[in-house]
Amino acid sequence: MSTRSFDPPFLLSLYRGMVRIRKFEERVKFLFLEGRMPGTIHQCQGQEACAVGVCAALGPEDVVTSTHRPHGHALAKGITVHDAMAELFARTTGCCKGKGGSLHLGDLARGMVPAVAIVGGGIPIATGMALAFKMRKQERVAVCFMGDGAVNEGAFHEGVNMGAIWSLPVVYVVENNLYGASTPIHWVTKTKTIAERSSAYGIPGITIDGNDVLAVYETAKAAVQRAREGAGPTLLELITYRITGHSRRDPALYQPAEEKARALENEPIRRFSRHLIEQGIAGAEAMERIDLEVDQEIESAIEAAVTAPEPAPEDALEDLFVERA
Amino acid sequence: MTRSGIAEALREAIRGEMRRDDRVFCIGEDIAIRGGWGGAFTVTLGLEEEFSDRMINTPISENGFFGVALGAAMMGLRPIVDVQYSDFIFLAMDQVANQIAKMRYMSGGKLTVPLVMRAPVGVTGRGAQHAQCVEPFFLPLPGIKIVAPATAYDAVGLLRSAVRCDDPVLMFEHKLLYGSKGVRAETGAVDASSEIPEDDYVVPIGKAVVRRPGSDVTIIATLQMMHRSLQAAQLLEKEGIGAEVIDPRSLVPFDWETVKASVAKTGRVVIVEESPKRSGIGAEIAATLAEEMIEYLTAPVKRVAAPNTPAPFAPPMERFYVPSIERIAQAVREVMSF
Repeated sequence: MSTRSFDPPFLLSLYRGMVRIRKFEERVKFLFLEGRMPGTIHQCQGQEACAVGVCAALGPEDVVTSTHRPHGHALAKGITVHDAMAELFARTTGCCKGKGGSLHLGDLARGMVPAVAIVGGGIPIATGMALAFKMRKQERVAVCFMGDGAVNEGAFHEGVNMGAIWSLPVVYVVENNLYGASTPIHWVTKTKTIAERSSAYGIPGITIDGNDVLAVYETAKAAVQRAREGAGPTLLELITYRITGHSRRDPALYQPAEEKARALENEPIRRFSRHLIEQGIAGAEAMERIDLEVDQEIESAIEAAVTAPEPAPEDALEDLFVERA
Repeated sequence: MTRSGIAEALREAIRGEMRRDDRVFCIGEDIAIRGGWGGAFTVTLGLEEEFSDRMINTPISENGFFGVALGAAMMGLRPIVDVQYSDFIFLAMDQVANQIAKMRYMSGGKLTVPLVMRAPVGVTGRGAQHAQCVEPFFLPLPGIKIVAPATAYDAVGLLRSAVRCDDPVLMFEHKLLYGSKGVRAETGAVDASSEIPEDDYVVPIGKAVVRRPGSDVTIIATLQMMHRSLQAAQLLEKEGIGAEVIDPRSLVPFDWETVKASVAKTGRVVIVEESPKRSGIGAEIAATLAEEMIEYLTAPVKRVAAPNTPAPFAPPMERFYVPSIERIAQAVREVMSF
């Protein structure tokens, strides 16, 4: 991790971005287990550096697709805690007016289409968004977030291949958290890395430490720039770890204890804050202030969400077609 | 006015839409190859000469290119997706059923998916995997409008409506009705050509047409079955039976108004379909009529459909499988006996 070339405000914005996701997820988990929040949840504690590092390399005009685990991507891409929280509470003030929920969190106005909760489904879609940018000669980039499980879907092969043959402005970002739901990646994938699959498509593939937010940012920035310049896609593999269950009440008993302990030592926020202190960028006090501000941001979002109106039952009939059938 | 078959008429309609709106583009397999075929049935033949950068010739990756089209549509383009045979759309079912159909709804109505999917159907000498009528699979799927033009006039008018519509539209076309020429011509083709007016007319989505008036019985059929129903009606005329033939043209939304007005008049209904009978289009129509029109019905609603088997290959079996003019006529005679 090298912080020399970055301004302290930028570094603290990365810290704030990761803390916002972590605290959001922890608070949401609690609300869900308390039974105050409906539905199901898939959370990304431990993977915050992936979303924050990649999205820091994007502009507001760029777009991302996400997965069944979308909270981090949504917040990192600029969906507000207020809008995301209201959506998880299924309120009319949510970013999808209560029609998306956790699994389909998104808001195109913020550059994220509703999250695609079918594994791999977002890969052709992101490719198509990039095709539109190229055809319309717009200097925009699409980022496709996916988990390691997605790379064994046919949609991965079809989508990445089309991105490659047409040199589209898209970056395929694989957050390899070592498990597809509960199945270890090495049970289902023969190659040593996922990035090496890129050679099958004639595009660059890079594997990096996905818990190093600055490495993620710098690598993503280069891939985004390459895409923007018309040189085509990159397959970017970020090695990370999910320090929570796959969904709902999953205690993740399939993750060995010593692996989990190592992962907690290696989780991105602890690492980054330690680094900021060691490098003299920020004191513990500055970070505590950010933590407190994020707490307030989340609590006020919860307050707004729980007091916001629920949709009327018959609102279920709206928003299907533009031109009503 | 020029007389055209469906393939040719669609080609010119697509050309017109691409000239009118530079956001319109075509995407699919073998659609833009010089010296090629213009898709499986010549619809896009030669369009690549005029629109070299808007004819996206894809790998054989149906799930992939339906998803690509969705992504492009959400970013403001207006794709026309060409799947060579409707049978192949099953490869793209995640994108069609989970993504294309639902993206607007999941967004809370914040985004639009202006996208046309063109899919050839028809039991046509190719057996189980290139000759299905897949329409009933898509009827229960909220979020997609479905049209099925039986004439060149309707193909042009519905294509224009579909391209200009801000919602996903699935357009079923029939292989025997295309009038494809040259090496892509179909054995057993039916003349579905029309005089195509020069003006920019549209056929609205969701509007049926009465193809032939009659007061004794209502026959409801799309695509090739509509043409056979017309022939059956001519036959029945000689027997003194006046059959009204309704071509729904759109399956979603469905023009209940036109159908109900006819049923209120005739009290007798025969529904003809080229797909298997179980849970077919006829089942949906019959159920709705039973719910809402029972007091007008003077005979049981009759369905003439394919059996619940795959489409067979051998010509004698295929002739048995697809509802014939005689089977349609016989069904009408049966409902007339009440």
